[in-house]
Amino acid sequence: MNTYRNLSIRQKQVVWAWGFLALPILFYVVIRFYPTANAIVLSFQSWNLLGPREWVGLENYEKLWNDPVFWKVFKNTFVYLILGTPISLVLSFVIAYHLDKTRLLHGTLRALYFLPFLTSTVAMAWVWRWFYQPVPIGLFNNFLASMGISQISFLNSTTNALPSILIPAIWAGLGFQIIIFMAGLRAIPTSYYEAARIDGVSSWTILSEITLPLLKPTIVFLVVFSSIGFLRIFDQVFNMTTNNPGGPLDSTKPLVLMIYQTAFSSFDMGYAAAQTVVLFAILLVVSLLQLRILRDKP
Amino acid sequence: MKAFKIFTLAAATSLAALVAAAPARAVEIEYWQYIFDARIKAMDVLIDNFQKANPDITVKQSTFPYADYRTKVAAAIPAGEGPDVVQLFYGWLNDYVQADLIQPLPAANFPADKIEAEFFPMVRAMKIDGNYMALPTAVRSLALFYNKRMFAEAGIEAPPANLDELVAMAAKMTTKDGAGNITAEGMTSGMTAQDHHWFREVLLRQFGATPYSDDNKTVTYNSEAGVKALEFYADLEMKHGVTASTFMDEPQAAFKAGRAGMHIDGSFRIGALKDTRGLDWGVAELPAGPDGIKSNYASYWVNAITTKAEGEKYDASVKFMEYITSDEAMQVWLDTVGELPAKPSAAMTAANLADPVFGPFVAGLGYATTTVFADESAQRQVMVDAVSRMSLEGQSAAASLAAAAVAEQAILDGYYK
Repeated sequence: MNTYRNLSIRQKQVVWAWGFLALPILFYVVIRFYPTANAIVLSFQSWNLLGPREWVGLENYEKLWNDPVFWKVFKNTFVYLILGTPISLVLSFVIAYHLDKTRLLHGTLRALYFLPFLTSTVAMAWVWRWFYQPVPIGLFNNFLASMGISQISFLNSTTNALPSILIPAIWAGLGFQIIIFMAGLRAIPTSYYEAARIDGVSSWTILSEITLPLLKPTIVFLVVFSSIGFLRIFDQVFNMTTNNPGGPLDSTKPLVLMIYQTAFSSFDMGYAAAQTVVLFAILLVVSLLQLRILRDKP
Repeated sequence: MKAFKIFTLAAATSLAALVAAAPARAVEIEYWQYIFDARIKAMDVLIDNFQKANPDITVKQSTFPYADYRTKVAAAIPAGEGPDVVQLFYGWLNDYVQADLIQPLPAANFPADKIEAEFFPMVRAMKIDGNYMALPTAVRSLALFYNKRMFAEAGIEAPPANLDELVAMAAKMTTKDGAGNITAEGMTSGMTAQDHHWFREVLLRQFGATPYSDDNKTVTYNSEAGVKALEFYADLEMKHGVTASTFMDEPQAAFKAGRAGMHIDGSFRIGALKDTRGLDWGVAELPAGPDGIKSNYASYWVNAITTKAEGEKYDASVKFMEYITSDEAMQVWLDTVGELPAKPSAAMTAANLADPVFGPFVAGLGYATTTVFADESAQRQVMVDAVSRMSLEGQSAAASLAAAAVAEQAILDGYYK
């Protein structure tokens, strides 16, 4: 206790600061960093959850490299990202931009757009799954059939299934992005717009010269956030294809679903850990690239 | 110091006396299974009966959600905690044996020749190096559920005896709308449900193929007969148009909704169908093959003694195992859970065979085989993909089956390496 009493005020402040910081740091070390490190170690081992872990060197990564399903899944994951992120960003910006100008029922509309974000993904995925069914239970196909148009195989098709799953995923995330965009739009000082209007510039110029550049931090945040979301897509795919997870013929399977199956239905924990390390690397590289490209130029 | 020594000695002696006296009182053993209401109830009844007969033994039942079950067992036993007697799926046996979680049943109480004489032959999959590692209380088999109302409307009197009749009857019951979309199917299909078992152990054998080698390590269905079996299955949808694998999302849902004439499923489906209003259904044996061959697929959950059980707990566990594999326990299980007894002497009773619901399942057990899976869901996926390649990508049955055999062999090789 004496040592503490002899400290200067500044030193005491440091001790207290570290005391408070120690708690979250400890928490993160125990529930984040330790499992992460453990997963990396596990990716060089073979383990079926029951027996002891055995070192196998790079075998899991070799298997991954030679696994055709992995490359298919790898491609699917990027298709989710490349289609999902731009579409959802453009949609949410357009909606937010116009919603910002609407006065009539503004609150109600905003709530309606935000509602899907609050809904449980599982419930939503199942409702959409039923929408997509063939006649006699599918909403969309019943409508098509009543119009005399032939049915569309939404989910039982190697080409249609992935977009069909992506649509509800985009819709579900829209509400959050709209709210962030609207906050960004509100943060732009109105004096800029007033000055532009006095100068008589077109609304297109206002959008491209004032609104978009000033929204850049918002856009960077949303691009990174939604990219990570689409790279980690799982719930929608799993729930909409539980009979044939990631199917048909692996055409909708994202990396996370492959990891889940390898770990918890094949009990090949080492191989699953290797896939997880690859996913981690992809997320890291994609996020760093985006931050670098979208960052303000000096 | 000396006084202290004497004191410790005295304490140790009295403690030893206390421990030695303990066996005279109750031994407690622990039983683990995953959460499934009817099974927990049945086990409660069995434990009650067992404790009445053995007042010096108490059995404590613990249950866990299916998703955590494997992890819990794996963590508990090596730590000297957890169950003395444990329930596991027959397909997991190798994993449990290799991880040293369970020990062989004592040959004195469970002689191999007696087990082989008394139990259904598929139980032999539980024998490793001449020792039985685990035994089931109950087994499950497949049968054909049929919708009596749809049968009557189509003027069909009896369920199909063979595959040709199956196709003909299914065609009679299939209805389509103006655009050719199925609105009620003659029979359900879907490798994602029970059909992959029907294909593996029933259709393949009926068309003259064998699914796997005797040691279960090699895929042997990639033959002309195998191709014929796959063609028959795929043709139900692609040529005859009497079924659609995507109809009403899941085969069992279509049957339950009264929109399917026939449905192949396991005995565990009985409970779900029993309380369905407005559905008048019956059960029949699976249709025979082109040469009259009958076949069926059976699966089961087994009980085993863990490596944690030692000394008196081991003895108590052996007694408990003897009881839960007795005819009496099997009848309790059938009455409570609806799963069939694992011994012909308990299953093939006149009352069970005459039962309109259980009868066909019990009859099927007589000629059932079981698949020794390395990774059931991955192997199921192989079958799902084989049919998908044909229906979605236009691949021929021969090419698709050859690809399936390669994929499944890779799974087996990875497991038995």
